[in-house]
Amino acid sequence: MTTTAKGTAPAGGTGPAVTAEDVRRRVRALLDAHGTADRTAFLRARFDAGLAWVHFPEGLGGLGAPRGLQAVADAELAAAGAPDNNPRANGIGLGMAAPTLLRFGTPEQQARFLRPLWTGEETWCQLFSEPGAGSDLAALGTRAVLDGDTWTVDGQKVWTSGAHTARWAILVARTDPDAPKHRGITYFVCDMTDPGVEVRPLRQITGEAEFNEVFLTGVRIPDAHRIGEAGDGWRVAQTTLNNERVAIGGQRTPREGGMIGTVAATWRDRPELRTHDLHQRLLHGWVEAEVARLTGERLRQQLAVGQPGPEGAAMKLAFARLAQHLSGLEVELLGEEGLGYGDWTMVRPDHVDFLGRDAGYRYLRAKGNSIEGGTSEILRNIIAERVLGLPAEPRTDKDVPWKELPR
Amino acid sequence: MTTPDLLYSEVEEDLRASVRALLADRCPPAAVLARAEGPAPYDGKLWHALARELGAAGLQVPEEHGGAGATLRETAVVLEELGRAAAPTPFLGSAVLATTALLACAGGAELLAELAAGERTAALAVPLAAAPGTGFPWAGLPQTVRADGAGALTGRVAAVADAAAADVLLVPAAGPDGPGLYAVEADAAGLAVAPRTSLDLTRPLADLALHGVPARRLAGPAEAPAAVERALLTGAGLLASEQLGIAEWCLATTTAYLKERRQFGRPVGSFQAVKHRLADLWLEAAGARAAARGAADALARGAEDAPLAVAVAQAYCGDAAVRAAEECVQLHGGIGMTWEHPAHLYLKRAKADQIALGTPGRHRAALAVLADLPAPTG
Ligand SMILES: Cc1cc2nc3c(=O)[nH]c(=O)nc-3n(C[C@H](O)[C@H](O)[C@H](O)COP(=O)(O)OP(=O)(O)OC[C@H]3O[C@@H](n4cnc5c(N)ncnc54)[C@H](O)[C@@H]3O)c2cc1C
Repeated sequence: MTTTAKGTAPAGGTGPAVTAEDVRRRVRALLDAHGTADRTAFLRARFDAGLAWVHFPEGLGGLGAPRGLQAVADAELAAAGAPDNNPRANGIGLGMAAPTLLRFGTPEQQARFLRPLWTGEETWCQLFSEPGAGSDLAALGTRAVLDGDTWTVDGQKVWTSGAHTARWAILVARTDPDAPKHRGITYFVCDMTDPGVEVRPLRQITGEAEFNEVFLTGVRIPDAHRIGEAGDGWRVAQTTLNNERVAIGGQRTPREGGMIGTVAATWRDRPELRTHDLHQRLLHGWVEAEVARLTGERLRQQLAVGQPGPEGAAMKLAFARLAQHLSGLEVELLGEEGLGYGDWTMVRPDHVDFLGRDAGYRYLRAKGNSIEGGTSEILRNIIAERVLGLPAEPRTDKDVPWKELPR
Repeated sequence: MTTPDLLYSEVEEDLRASVRALLADRCPPAAVLARAEGPAPYDGKLWHALARELGAAGLQVPEEHGGAGATLRETAVVLEELGRAAAPTPFLGSAVLATTALLACAGGAELLAELAAGERTAALAVPLAAAPGTGFPWAGLPQTVRADGAGALTGRVAAVADAAAADVLLVPAAGPDGPGLYAVEADAAGLAVAPRTSLDLTRPLADLALHGVPARRLAGPAEAPAAVERALLTGAGLLASEQLGIAEWCLATTTAYLKERRQFGRPVGSFQAVKHRLADLWLEAAGARAAARGAADALARGAEDAPLAVAVAQAYCGDAAVRAAEECVQLHGGIGMTWEHPAHLYLKRAKADQIALGTPGRHRAALAVLADLPAPTG
């Protein structure tokens, strides 16, 4: 379980504080009551026992417990050989949709979506970016029009990771073209099986097609699947984006977890490849990786409760730079072998693993780390303006109605 | 591997607030500058207030030895604030290097209590550039001091920090039966302490020449090498906190200036080319804070991986402080180049600190061993 979702106030919040011993007792009770042979049944029971994400409220997969106790549950369950929910196959659901639903969803929406999301029975994708709205997401033009209690959505989304496997999508669409661009957006849950949804693969520099373009034509969304108020979608999306950055760059890792571990292992296993220049660069990279790990650890200690703030942007920025530097170093270290590549065959993977496959793949995939979830340039803007409080660049697009903006 | 506590406790925050208030009152940049070229490098009254009134000199010393019974974590917080103020005090030399060495010798209890109480100051007679793991007496360095059978010391040590202000020098020397650590009174016959013109205006260096100087042996071959190594390791680890303080001052001062300074009809801080540089500095400062806290916590706990945590902190924080100080000068424009503006005090301190107690490159080389990333053979 590696979700980075953050709980709001624990449900009720009346009972005595949950302790590590309580969590262990619940794990034992869960294991006693349910065999692990039927994976789905076991995962559902785990969710119902409040051991999915312990910091979520009771009834929604949690115990209203401190986040730190999740590690206790995960360790106990892993030690018992219990199946996990394969978090890598549903990163967007766990890392982004769930915390957004928890914060802004109605009780009905939470009850409907969170359990199958967590167990992996339903995976999610993110219909945010458009051909004309990437870094400037608030410029998006996909239209949603309300008729009675149903919205009709028309537009095009792009770079949609996992759209080919997703059951649901989080979607932002323009609902008020007369309002300035940040104010006329609404946030929805979109059914990916709707006949108006067409998903076409987009092949990436790795050879595979992890992401897609998605055409939305007369897609019907019940108003009950609106998240937050109409016109308030930008604010809801901020929660998603802040969590996305933490999901990409903010995972807790042991020393030498992540890309550095892969490179260091190659270095140790293959003494014949070593050169003095690479040695210096590896040591630099090792220090950077260890410091990034400590910085993330410090951030987590600070954020024992509450939503990730703009600091998540910093972790993602450091993560991307390191992943790119170290994966490039490994290809170079491999020398002649680095001239090869595992396989260019076009496939549509059902999960993403930045550390997977071969060194060439890792090098190429890492290029996406400084683009997905906000480019490194945009993240630097966020740090400069929201953390350091530097003045914004003069802008001409903020207070004009969206429909009057040049495109 | 225990997870280090990388935050600041309430007690640590209170201590920080007291030290910061003291420094704001007694040690504003103009006062530091005025003193830099004067005859007395250190402000005796400031040191008195810091060491005695706030008890900062004895933070890491147990209560039974006259100290505050706190840990190296609190000591590190003081260094952060001293870095932030580029304060001219002998804290690193006396309260960190000399005190740590004494704590590791059975023979120095009386002196330890005097240092802890701030009644006297001491300096460890090693070159400021000496790195932990250098060996004893510093293998590869030309300076060595020898002790004769009567315990009189002869030799030279160059570029010792905080020596000119010290009442006592702790001198590692090779004796007839092996290495020892000796205490030498500053006014002892045969001792010459020659101040150097140092790059860092706020941490003066001096060269020591000893000719048959009477000395008292505090530790012999069984204790002395480990005591000196412990002092160098602790000094290097805590210096990262001073470097963090420097980086933070530089970032905060530059950010504040660029919010105010206008060119081309808008605040200079609104230009993206400048913003991105400050964002990168912020990220580095956040890294430096985590690394410095990690080292302080590991040292305070006596963690097995403390040498690794120290090497990581030094490999990172030394460069981070220099970069912050260099950016501070550049992003202030012409005023940043003046003697009057304090930016250069920080640049000089940062650059000297980068060399002090081992350069970042030396600490990375140590990591090749500590993290099992061996160099190529041949
Ligand atoms: C692997 C991968 C997976 C993705 N998955 C998803 C997904 O599942 N769902 C989804 O909605 N989106 C997804 N994205 C899209 C991603 O969020 C966008 O690509 C990203 O926000 C950048 O938008 P853009 O591609 O339009 O580039 P642009 O915004 O056009 O940027 C082009 C360049 O200009 C720079 N730039 C833009 N504005 C500024 C500025 N103000 N200041 C300085 N520089 C600027 C950018 O940094 C970039 O270098 C994915 C992207 C990748 C690479």
